[in-house]
Amino acid sequence: MSVSLRVLDDGAWVSVNDAREVSVSELWRLDDPSFCGCELPDFVVENVLDVGADGRTVSAKVYGQCIACGQTGVPGWVPVGRLREGEFVDIDRERVVLPVRRADDDE
Amino acid sequence: MPTDVERWKSEVYGNEIREHLLEFAEQGWDTIPEDERDAWFERFKWWGLYHQRNGQESYFMMRIGTPNGVLTPGQTEVVAEVADEYARGPAENPIFGNGYVDWTTRQSIQLHWIKLEDIPEIFDKLESVGLSTQQACGDSWRNIVGCPVAGKDKHEHVDALPVAMELNETFKGNDDHSNLPRKWKVSVTGCREGCGQGDINDLALEPATKEIDGEETKGFNIRIGGGLSRNEPRLARDIDVFVTPEQAPEVSGAISALFRENGDRDNRYNARIKFLMDEWGAEKFRNVLQEEYVDFELETAGDDLRSEYSYNSGYADGGHSDHVGIHEQADGNYYVGLDVLVGRMGVDDTKELARVADEYGSGEIRITQRQNVIITDVPEEKLDALQDEDLLDHYSPDPHPFMRGSIACTGTEFCSLSIVETKNRQVRYARWLKENVELPAGVEDFHIHLSGCTASCAQPQIADISLRGMKTRKDGEPVEALDIGLGGGLGENPNFAEWVTQRVPVDEVPGAIKNLLANFEERREGDETFREFVARTDEEDLAELVEPEETSYEDPMMHNTKRTWYPYADDDSLDASPAPTHGDGTPIASDD
Ligand code: HEM
Ligand code: SF4
Ligand SMILES: [Zn+2]
Repeated sequence: MSVSLRVLDDGAWVSVNDAREVSVSELWRLDDPSFCGCELPDFVVENVLDVGADGRTVSAKVYGQCIACGQTGVPGWVPVGRLREGEFVDIDRERVVLPVRRADDDE
Repeated sequence: MPTDVERWKSEVYGNEIREHLLEFAEQGWDTIPEDERDAWFERFKWWGLYHQRNGQESYFMMRIGTPNGVLTPGQTEVVAEVADEYARGPAENPIFGNGYVDWTTRQSIQLHWIKLEDIPEIFDKLESVGLSTQQACGDSWRNIVGCPVAGKDKHEHVDALPVAMELNETFKGNDDHSNLPRKWKVSVTGCREGCGQGDINDLALEPATKEIDGEETKGFNIRIGGGLSRNEPRLARDIDVFVTPEQAPEVSGAISALFRENGDRDNRYNARIKFLMDEWGAEKFRNVLQEEYVDFELETAGDDLRSEYSYNSGYADGGHSDHVGIHEQADGNYYVGLDVLVGRMGVDDTKELARVADEYGSGEIRITQRQNVIITDVPEEKLDALQDEDLLDHYSPDPHPFMRGSIACTGTEFCSLSIVETKNRQVRYARWLKENVELPAGVEDFHIHLSGCTASCAQPQIADISLRGMKTRKDGEPVEALDIGLGGGLGENPNFAEWVTQRVPVDEVPGAIKNLLANFEERREGDETFREFVARTDEEDLAELVEPEETSYEDPMMHNTKRTWYPYADDDSLDASPAPTHGDGTPIASDD
């Protein structure tokens, strides 16, 4: 089943199968001390740059900042949801700690 | 790889969108196939329609382009009627009610809660008086901005209005320029005060004089590549070109063609011409323009008037900082600039505005880049009676500086990019500041601009106090917050605000401004302006002067207002949204 993944509205949304699913202004806890030095960066999403799927995991590249220390930038790929039989299943992004796949983990 | 947007544009774009739009309007919003919606919404922007945010599906923001901010006699009334009839939503705004008009920072008009089904009637009404939504959004020539009193101003260098209008005629609906890599914002100014704000536009024509064949010739210098968005603000750069008013359309078209051919269509974040200018520099830009896009020899730049610029400058150099107030025109009549707090006016007031303009002036209204309106052509003998009108109690020609200086963008009420609530919050801030904070002696202009995100639609970076939407935690809970920037302004030496204090919870911002102003007063030398004070103070010291603090100001919108279908609804949860709805406002059942 083909899944359509898109960044919409000039980076305001991740769209999956033509539905807006993940929005800027969410606050994520990232398991990525390398982003800013904070143990669990408290990260506000300001712009979605890219979206992709790796198996059943939908991940996004986003620009934003850690509201604890102010560091801005783009962490690695952050999982934002899963695909089940081609349907998007949300995860509670504002309440769980999200693992981050760094760019150099690619391949 | 071209982006989705570029792919959609290559299929259908420009004028031809209109027939599809009208057909969908005829058939109903829900006949747009679900998997084509995003493509169509992207295209509808070209005809001035911007789909509102999540929870408000099937409702549109509609932008009407008013070149140079001019509404000719009769047009304001039609705008008010259209807003009254079609711009009413399923819920009310607690400050502005239901049915209102937004006067925007690019001298345009925005209406909200527009139904697709009403578009044919709305277009008929607008077009019957010569108004249009064409190219008001989308990747093409946007509404052309300029000095809102062009042709009336006593001191202007050249009357740029005919040039702005000619550019509008030439490039609205022009197939050669209708599909650009990104938005194309143009400013044309002939006055001495810099109120076209050319510095923050993609293409700026600014007043200048050049000696050509021994004759002093009036015309324009050209600057390219300004803009505020995305944490990447740029001032437009001087490309050392002078044009006469007659050459302006040809050279502007050449620059637009250069952008069309060379702008980055693979990455929308890198597409604005400011990034091409970063890459090329002004010299290469001029060379390419001369060699590949213009058939005659371009003149080098003439003498400009930038040292006189006062608009939005933060300097008290005697020039206008805005257009509020009563000013004599070149023809001996007067124009009366009214302060519209955050640019929003209810439909009844807008009707009144049209009536008052008709009764005392010529019926013309002009819109400024500070979200205000101007009644023009008022004979001196009618000024007193005009000032007695009730309308001027609410939209004052002599407002308190905190009212006068406030600008705010759309924010979480309707906009998908937003992080915080904006317009209503800025109204609450301005009212609290007026009641609770003394401005230092003699400070009459004090600009506070609030933008809900880094797109910077409220032009925050060129205010005395710049506010930008953010998030933070307060007592462990996520709350709306603002970054505070200081000392931005245009004028002879424009610069952008420094973001000195970040992520201040929204309920502590009024206290921060209060403390900052007290600190300014204490340290002020002579009668320097706030911008001058900021310019001579270290950034670190400035950060210490901000001092966020809770005060008697209470903010009812601390929570995530984006997670609502409408922040002011009784039940604001996304599940309670009536959207999407049919043309008549009844919900479209999800199994429809
Ligand atoms: C739903 C989304 C948006 C809404 C409701 C919105 C609203 C507005 C409004 C009301 C204005 C002034 C009116 C006018 O253009 O005539 C404006 C101007 C502006 N917009 Fe937006 N906008 C949106 C998206 C964007 C995006 C995506 C960007 C940038 C990537 C952006 C950047 C700007 C800037 C920088 C200005 C003003 C400064 C200038 O003149 O350059 N806006 N917008
Ligand atoms: S500045 Fe951001 S929040 Fe405000 S209207 Fe523009 S895009 Fe929306
Ligand atoms: Zn951090």
